[in-house]
Amino acid sequence: MSTNRIAFRNARLIDPASGLDAKGGLLVENGKIADVGPRLFNDADRNDPEIIDCRGMILSPGLIDCRVFTGEPGAEHRESLASASEAAAAGGVTTIVTMPNTDPVIDEPSLVDFIKRRAAATAKVRVAPMAALTRGLAGETMTEMGLLQEAGAVAFSDGDRTVASARVMRRALSYAATFNALVIGHAEDPELTQGTASTESEFATRMGLPAAPALAEVLIVERDIRLVELTGARYHFGQISTRASLDAIAAAKSRGLPITCGVSAHHLMLNELDVGSYYTFRKVNPPLRAEADRAAMVEGVASGVIDVIVSSHEPQGADTKRQPFAAAAFGSVGLETLLPAALSLHHNGHAGISHILKTLTSAPAAILGLNAGTLAKGAPADLVLFDEGEPFVLDEKALHSRAHNTAFEGRKFQGRAKMTFVGGERVFSRS
Amino acid sequence: MPEADLLSIRPTLMTSAKPAPILKSSHLLGIEGISAPEVVALLDLAETYATLNRGAEKKTALLKGRTLINLFFEASTRTQSSFELAGKRMGADVLNMSVKTSSVSKGETLIDTAATLHAMRPDILVVRHQDSGAAELLSRKLDCSVVNAGDGQHEHPTQALLDALTIRRHRGSFENLTVAICGDIAHSRVARSNIRLLSMMGAQVRLVAPRTLLPCDVERFGVKVFTDMKAGLAGCDIVMMLRLQLERMTGALVPSAREYFRFYGLDREKLSYAKPGALVMHPGPMNRGVEIASDIADDVDVSLISEQVEMGVAIRMAVLDALSRGMT
Repeated sequence: MSTNRIAFRNARLIDPASGLDAKGGLLVENGKIADVGPRLFNDADRNDPEIIDCRGMILSPGLIDCRVFTGEPGAEHRESLASASEAAAAGGVTTIVTMPNTDPVIDEPSLVDFIKRRAAATAKVRVAPMAALTRGLAGETMTEMGLLQEAGAVAFSDGDRTVASARVMRRALSYAATFNALVIGHAEDPELTQGTASTESEFATRMGLPAAPALAEVLIVERDIRLVELTGARYHFGQISTRASLDAIAAAKSRGLPITCGVSAHHLMLNELDVGSYYTFRKVNPPLRAEADRAAMVEGVASGVIDVIVSSHEPQGADTKRQPFAAAAFGSVGLETLLPAALSLHHNGHAGISHILKTLTSAPAAILGLNAGTLAKGAPADLVLFDEGEPFVLDEKALHSRAHNTAFEGRKFQGRAKMTFVGGERVFSRS
Repeated sequence: MPEADLLSIRPTLMTSAKPAPILKSSHLLGIEGISAPEVVALLDLAETYATLNRGAEKKTALLKGRTLINLFFEASTRTQSSFELAGKRMGADVLNMSVKTSSVSKGETLIDTAATLHAMRPDILVVRHQDSGAAELLSRKLDCSVVNAGDGQHEHPTQALLDALTIRRHRGSFENLTVAICGDIAHSRVARSNIRLLSMMGAQVRLVAPRTLLPCDVERFGVKVFTDMKAGLAGCDIVMMLRLQLERMTGALVPSAREYFRFYGLDREKLSYAKPGALVMHPGPMNRGVEIASDIADDVDVSLISEQVEMGVAIRMAVLDALSRGMT
């Protein structure tokens, strides 16, 4: 942590946690936010060693990305914690929540410890590891959630796998409730979706793609809502993609169940037709949906039923993506497009900028119990500075991630990180 | 216990007059169905047998000529030998039938077995069965007295009675006592019988377990439920540990033995949250290092485990005595 003082002046401060949206300044001392307010540093103090003139740009808490796959351990050629953290910093993301489906799977307390140590030694941003819900992600026996939580696991998830057995899921949720642990589920009926690559539709039929009905998602959403009602576990749907799921979750929330959900940037921005001519970089999991479902996701973010926006960052190499569509791997990198994609909802008039930033900062922090995502005095100085109007065209070759399989190549965006700070340390600066 | 009470509840063999009846029923199927005065009378009677068992001459002739059959469908060393010893000390002819290896494996139903036994004219049938309700079913089909020595996940009344006797010997009464029952409540007949008995006698019962080992709606038994063991033990007088079956530790309900011990195993640190001088019980057999640390199990200052076994024989003698009082 930096012992330096950094004075930010002339910023537009947005802190969704407190509702602050005002011009002002912010002082960082010893890695923490020492002061913040509208009148701070109107007159710059020449004694401050570092003064950053924000020129009216937005200074907000650094983003928390709840769904990041890395290849460490086991597939560092795709992405390491270090390279993922470079991409995160460039995207204004100051905390990445890592998925446990690595090789080996993070299902042992010692492996959680390994991720934390590797992150401390190599990563520029904070890394909050998830651990597996079931051993080896096999969906059969639960992991040592108590010991894993003590080792530092922030949540329990089988990654992009659904626990097929309702009996196993019931017990795992029951056990998680014992420790007030957060379970992050993936909702896709494994039997219906086995061997498929896209959503059943006229488009998939014309393209001859192996497809599963979109309701494969809501079947599991409904099942898990009932199991949450039975067990009392805290449950977060990592990413949803259909209106049916949204409606089911809205109803569950109105019944007071401890359920939250997320959506990926690509399910907000793209629909099934964007697969175009078998474009494998847009083969994602769950698959892109009909336009009505995409629009429902935007509506869900605006209404607040969807709590968080995630990148679902999933690096793939040429070996896994340069394949026929059905054989290609799922996933898109996303750490560097999370903020621009989320901001498009603001530019298109769907939601206010503070509301959008909430889904990327204070909301994920609250769900995961992280000490981050706020500009409050005493909070860690994890910050992102950005100009929400800055136009740019995404160039995959300019990405900092080790893998460049972005679903947004050539896309026109507005707004991206100018500077990123973690614990008061500047980890990224765009010239 | 006051001297006068001791005199009024003598073992029947010592008096020539017809002894006062203790149990209303001719069976002991569970704690459910017996009353607090019946429990007190049984405990008082068992005290006299505990005294008898510590003497050199332990045998009585009360059940002379009677036949006791120990019918065990589930392996059990300690309960079976405890009933066998109790029967023999009472002068009965004791027959041990371990059915696991005999008729049932040849396809005989429980009712067939009962009919066969019926023809042998036993006076008391002690039955242990893996299915809940088995003892009650036999009691309806047989003329003799049936003692439930554990049926499925339902009841194990003599265990609860011997636990109560052990507690009363150390604490005098059950009023104002807080007893924490910890571990696999869901599958435990010992827990169900103990919850019923201790609550009936006025003790505050707490349950401590991960949610996967707590049965549905157990709060309705009038107990307080804790998933955090330290909170559950805070201020307790008695800590009653339950055995965790090894097959439950492989990930289905509990992820591993080491995690179980870390959060639900009784060690010095967790015990320190209980009331100073709190006593530890376990129905046995113990899994050392899973539900209980060895140093606590072996600490004679806190562990009542050996005394529970001793009181087991006394309670079973008292039960046999009580049931024999209704026999013609």
